[in-house]
Amino acid sequence: MEVGLSHFLVVSTALLSLGIYGVITRKNAVMVLMGIELILNAANINFVAFSKYGNFGLEGQVMALFIIVLAAAEAAIALAIVLNIYKTFNHVNVDEIEDLKE
Amino acid sequence: MELYDLIFYFFAIVTVVSAFMVVTSKNIVHAGFNLLFTFFGVAGIYVLLGADFIAVVQLLVYVGGILILLLFGIMLTNKITSVELRTGTAHIIPAVIGVGIFWGALTAIVAFKTDWVEVNTASTESTTIIGLGNLLLTDYVLIFELLGILLLVALIGAASFARREIEELKD
Repeated sequence: MEVGLSHFLVVSTALLSLGIYGVITRKNAVMVLMGIELILNAANINFVAFSKYGNFGLEGQVMALFIIVLAAAEAAIALAIVLNIYKTFNHVNVDEIEDLKE
Repeated sequence: MELYDLIFYFFAIVTVVSAFMVVTSKNIVHAGFNLLFTFFGVAGIYVLLGADFIAVVQLLVYVGGILILLLFGIMLTNKITSVELRTGTAHIIPAVIGVGIFWGALTAIVAFKTDWVEVNTASTESTTIIGLGNLLLTDYVLIFELLGILLLVALIGAASFARREIEELKD
């Protein structure tokens, strides 16, 4: 079976599902961030795949670039927040953090 | 089976297996390093899709930037000297069932139920950089500039968050 659009989409669905699984089950906030990165990568694969097989020119690749930029900004901000949470609570387990401040 | 297919299956397996290791491994540092292989695999898939510039940006930004940032986050928020590197998990069984059903349904719809119309436009250009640059500075110039502002704001915000911590430690 020749590799076509659906092959790439199947890889992307696997990444998306694993990312959602990571976000749901891990307690550590950094692990939740890793799950989010997996989800963003899955979206990116979709954009680039449709850009190639859908006759959209390069528009999908431009969107993929924008997503990468957003992911970088998101990771920087989220890690700053995680560091502050660690400073306040001495752990980063998202299921035990119930207060906005000490 | 052509070489293209073999390379695709190689990168697909690398990506999915290492992503699986990321979300299941108990040691958070191992998860971080498995994320490296996931990002490499995704970069390979971009190359197979003819997106050379995106693949390079993926390596530069994800492997060189975000992954290092995440590893710093791991090291700064865990007591490396003690055995606190293990990360807990919550409600695994409902998550496995729910995500399993979601994945199965999505894969069935995407792979078997949908009749994709594939217009495989074999690109005559040797690189996508020229086209991407033209698009970024014509059709998408507003989003491009807005993303620049967003990055600046995110940088200042992250720096001020981290700085406040240092200042309070000095007191």
